[in-house]
Amino acid sequence: MTAQRIGIEVSRAIAIAAKLANVDVVSAYPITPQTHIVEDIAKLVANGELDAAFIPVESEHSAMSACLGAAATGARTFTATAGQGLELMHEVLYVASAMRLPIVMAVANRALSAPLSIWGDHSDVMAARDTGWIQIFAANGQETFDNVLCAFRIAEDQRVLLPVMVNLDGFHLTHMIEPIYIPEQSEVDKFLPPNQYPLPLDPDKPVTMGAFAPPDIYTEVKKAQQVNLTAAKEVILQCWKEFGDCFDRHYSPIEGYRCKKAKVLLLTMGSFGETAMRAVDSLREEGKEVGLIKLLLWRPFPFEEIRRAVRHAEVLIVLDRAISFGGPGGPVCSEIRSALYNEDKKPRVIGFIGGLGGRDISPDGFKQIINRGIEISQTGSEQEFEMFGVRE
Amino acid sequence: MEKYALFVPKLVTEKEGFAPGHRACVGCGEALAVRLACKALGQNVIIVNATGCMEVVSSPLPYTSWRVPWIHTLFENAAATASGVEAGLKVIMRKGKRPAREISVVAMAGDGGTSDIGLQALSGALERGHDFLYICFDNEAYMNTGIQRSSSTPYGASTTTAPAGKVSIGQVTWKKNMPAIAAAHDIPYVATACPSYPFDLMAKVAKGAAVHGPAYVHILSVCPTGWRSATDLTIRIGRLAVETGMFPLYEIENGKYKLSIDLPQLRPVKDYLKLQGRFRHLSEETINEIQKRVSQEYAKLKEKAACA
Repeated sequence: MTAQRIGIEVSRAIAIAAKLANVDVVSAYPITPQTHIVEDIAKLVANGELDAAFIPVESEHSAMSACLGAAATGARTFTATAGQGLELMHEVLYVASAMRLPIVMAVANRALSAPLSIWGDHSDVMAARDTGWIQIFAANGQETFDNVLCAFRIAEDQRVLLPVMVNLDGFHLTHMIEPIYIPEQSEVDKFLPPNQYPLPLDPDKPVTMGAFAPPDIYTEVKKAQQVNLTAAKEVILQCWKEFGDCFDRHYSPIEGYRCKKAKVLLLTMGSFGETAMRAVDSLREEGKEVGLIKLLLWRPFPFEEIRRAVRHAEVLIVLDRAISFGGPGGPVCSEIRSALYNEDKKPRVIGFIGGLGGRDISPDGFKQIINRGIEISQTGSEQEFEMFGVRE
Repeated sequence: MEKYALFVPKLVTEKEGFAPGHRACVGCGEALAVRLACKALGQNVIIVNATGCMEVVSSPLPYTSWRVPWIHTLFENAAATASGVEAGLKVIMRKGKRPAREISVVAMAGDGGTSDIGLQALSGALERGHDFLYICFDNEAYMNTGIQRSSSTPYGASTTTAPAGKVSIGQVTWKKNMPAIAAAHDIPYVATACPSYPFDLMAKVAKGAAVHGPAYVHILSVCPTGWRSATDLTIRIGRLAVETGMFPLYEIENGKYKLSIDLPQLRPVKDYLKLQGRFRHLSEETINEIQKRVSQEYAKLKEKAACA
């Protein structure tokens, strides 16, 4: 392999991924902590290193709207956003998926106002959970880079034709300098075929895109979308397999760490998984049978993989970085609990919420979460979930 | 002038980009304007439609009235979506991913989608200089949702959210001057049109599509349903809007104003107002107020045209 491993800020690596994917249109609006991504893409375009249209739009709503138009012409389309930006483009997200437009977007996950916070958590993307996008969560820079490349291939696959969101934690990932393998252009070209959007806007073959649906057809349209998104999982698995064949880095919907014979499992999404690994190591050294599950694929939700992975555990502790106010706790925990509810053999699921608005959780913090989870599993708790590290 | 039937001295293509069978109301001026615009645009076009009357009447799944490529995504983003279409086409043609040819990108929206909720996206697209034509079909209120006022609703009109009542004349603000806002972006072409003047409308749409850079055409679209006017008076009311100076026809080419029809003498606005139920409640005093304003605005416009 001719790939170079270089130390690079993860945001800048994403820009390189977009360049290697030879994107045609990038439409974006600045927002922290996403901005380095599109700044670098703009630079690549300005220097003639990437032949693309960079549309510096006046809002995120327009950023995603321009992506719709560009993708509908058959152009390979990319954007990036974060936090409030993702919320502003919220209604447009639904249109992208329902109209089967293969847009790729990096989301530098960020907390939501108020109070204003530019720092990381998953509140933004959880509000976009049901928008019909394929959603991948990266735990480190390499995963982010690789999955941006995979995202184009998955999105544009004729069996899928859905937009893909690659989530990376704001600051914790976007602003980290990490060693990342950057492949050669020829390797990427071999892995990523050109975009062949089947029915682009073309005067020679006029199509009507975005018709309105009366009640007698809307449900069928939504069913088709659901079937399609669920079926996309096979293509995602295939894509990851072929990515592994090409680049020798392997991805799967969930990734276990020291899960063998683990009675207690911790489940996280995003960059916190990396820190949690150290906590698991330390607890294992103490003789505790603890393991970690990192959830990469959030949509379509990997029901089977999750069920299989936790079947033999007694306790499953889920850490969410978002809160469903007045509800059952974090969205990830709710979904895991629901996915396991009808299983005969299942662990007790205990929910924590932490790391909101950029608050760090140290390896020691993860140990506290795991130990408290074990304690709750034995003694019970009066709360549906607990918030970690709150000063009261 | 209303004594004459419309005489058609020119040949116009039979081809319809906007097919018959759509579900617009009887006497819809906007459907007529869209039809004429499509004739002017021809086949080499991609239309980006905002949510609104025309989108709803023309695209109920699984039917479509569009014989040209057409995309609708949302209400406020026609200009932004068109930006993406224009940029996408340009770059994939440049990169040889699609054969190079001239394709007009045309955004269409109503007055709400243009002067209210879509104004930011429009301003952005005009400022960025995309090579596209934006057409505002102005029926002076949110007709699709049931005649709610917009910033394009004229002073004194009664709508469902600014109704005339015992203590209100209805709309208490003057119609937003969208063509002036578009022109303030220093774009190469801005025009006003009305389907009561079909050749003028088609010429302006064709010009707007042909010009390099952003173009904006604002078309007054008589709405019998919302204006509470007789469905067979659509053409006449459109002509009266022009002849009274309520809606003057002009072009702004590279900043230079030019009147499309020179009216030595304006007809009284009352001739226009009296045919429409939305103005029925107006007192003489309010009508005089409108007359004064219209005369003033028309004089200002003439002055601008004279200076140019």
